[in-house]
Amino acid sequence: MSYNALRHFADSWGLVFMALTYILLIGWHFLPHGRHASKRAATMIFEPDTEKTEADHG
Amino acid sequence: MRTGGWFALALAAFAAMLGAVDSGFAVHMGIVCAVGLLLAILTMRGADYAGLARGMLKMPADQGKYDDDPVRWGVIATVFWGLAGFLVGLVIAFQLAFPALNLGLEYTSFGRMRPLHTSAVIFAFGGNALIATSFYVVQRTCRARLAFPSMARFVFWGYQLFIVLAATGYLMGITEGKEYAEPEWYVDLWLTVVWVWYLLVFGGTILKRSEPHIYVANWFYLAFIITIAMLHIVNNLSMPVSLLGSKSYSAFAGVQDALTQWWYGHNAVGFFLTAGFLAMMYYFVPKQAERPVYSYRLSIIHFWSLIFLYIWAGPHHLHYTALPDWAQTLGMVFSVMLWMPSWGGMINGLMTLNGAWDKIRTDPIIRMMVMALAFYGMSTFEGPLMSIKAVNSLSHYTDWTIGHVHSGALGWNGMITFACLYYMTPRLWGRERLYSLRLVNWHFWLATLGIVLYASSMWVAGIMQGLMWREYGADGYLVYAFSEVVTAMFPMYLIRGAGGLLYLAGAIIMAWNIGKTIAGSKLREEKPMHDAAFDPAADKPLLAAQPV
Repeated sequence: MSYNALRHFADSWGLVFMALTYILLIGWHFLPHGRHASKRAATMIFEPDTEKTEADHG
Repeated sequence: MRTGGWFALALAAFAAMLGAVDSGFAVHMGIVCAVGLLLAILTMRGADYAGLARGMLKMPADQGKYDDDPVRWGVIATVFWGLAGFLVGLVIAFQLAFPALNLGLEYTSFGRMRPLHTSAVIFAFGGNALIATSFYVVQRTCRARLAFPSMARFVFWGYQLFIVLAATGYLMGITEGKEYAEPEWYVDLWLTVVWVWYLLVFGGTILKRSEPHIYVANWFYLAFIITIAMLHIVNNLSMPVSLLGSKSYSAFAGVQDALTQWWYGHNAVGFFLTAGFLAMMYYFVPKQAERPVYSYRLSIIHFWSLIFLYIWAGPHHLHYTALPDWAQTLGMVFSVMLWMPSWGGMINGLMTLNGAWDKIRTDPIIRMMVMALAFYGMSTFEGPLMSIKAVNSLSHYTDWTIGHVHSGALGWNGMITFACLYYMTPRLWGRERLYSLRLVNWHFWLATLGIVLYASSMWVAGIMQGLMWREYGADGYLVYAFSEVVTAMFPMYLIRGAGGLLYLAGAIIMAWNIGKTIAGSKLREEKPMHDAAFDPAADKPLLAAQPV
């Protein structure tokens, strides 16, 4: 592929592909299931471990 | 068998030392030989040296399913390299004001000390902080023990060897001359090995997780590890002159080399100093504030926006050079676009304190985190501003750039790292709390004041410098000679040095505080400042009114 062809691919289909991928990756989390999943993920770091993993010292 | 292996390595290094074509390479092979011999002897004697060291450093025995020894080592290394890096920075700051401090020796000249400073603070201090916190966070968010424990130890010690080889190399004049990628080919190869193992340990731990979701902090860590691997390998493609010598030549030439270098350089900022430290932010800020991140969905937007935008921003380092105009504009546009997700991330971090703003008053660790986020916001606003061509024509090559870098490095990277060290140390050593919270407060104010002096003096110095350079008289000649510009900056250099001194003083207080915490000294008797109280019953987030 010549420099010129690559360059034109980059700012046409390449750009479209990148933008769509970006929207898809973010949009996924805004689907209906996302609200609950996000809440669960955000609070997950506070859930106690089922078995003892480290000393209690705040 | 293993003893033999180490001994063979030492012999090979010794042979390479004897056959070396330059003295720097010989010294480095000598270091490798010494390390190999030491390891051979240690494995031969069979004593539990790791256990002895654990006793000496009062590391608690393994309590559960988390493998925290590499993290403890990492905490100590981070404090040590931080002090070293800040001290060298202070020395070179005063070298600029008082050239006599170069001491007339090649080894202590500014040109060799500067990469020592930048690599010490970025890769030694920052890198150890990233490795330590990533091992800490990935285990807790995946609820799994580190995969490949012996490899994790190799990553830690191998990384220290990389630092030592790089640092000694700079002082001996071994350099590729690429900013933030100065180490020569054989040190680069060594780092590649260490980094691949780091990826395997981190990725392996994620794969064996017992928690279905991969917490967002791990996304940032993973992006950091993978991208740094890619950047490091591509930018350091070079051909050694001799397999027994330190000198190599880059695979690229001219403007291609420059663009590759700044594609690397800017993404080192984007993925080492930003993505990696954001990972720290997304775990430790919610934990210390005892509230979930303000918006998990915003953190995902933050993540993908940084990934998709940062990689294109590098050309803004090459405005008004031989780089094609469209590439410069591309770099500028993507830099300006980066402002949005950066501020989204800053707001996400700050708003995590929503409803608990009093913690800024009562908890000095939270105070540090908030200051770190504030500086993240300030430097990610200043950066896009400076990438605009018209602004860049004034700011480039001046001390404004230095001020910008340090408001990000001292303010964002430094402060968030200090806060994480303060968070982790009592937990890692099983202490009730830090030796002293008042000392954390002292550290906070010394560091903040230091940054303010540093950034403001460098703004003034940089803008003055830029304006003086471009000042034409009526006769069409430049008004100022370069030497006059240097003279005019002297007071600003003194103020900058004073800021650095305050910052170093704060770090020394931190070393004392963390040292006393590790030693298990009696907690300092002091008026309480209220650390985040540990109340297991209340240790759950307020779920209401949290946009997700």
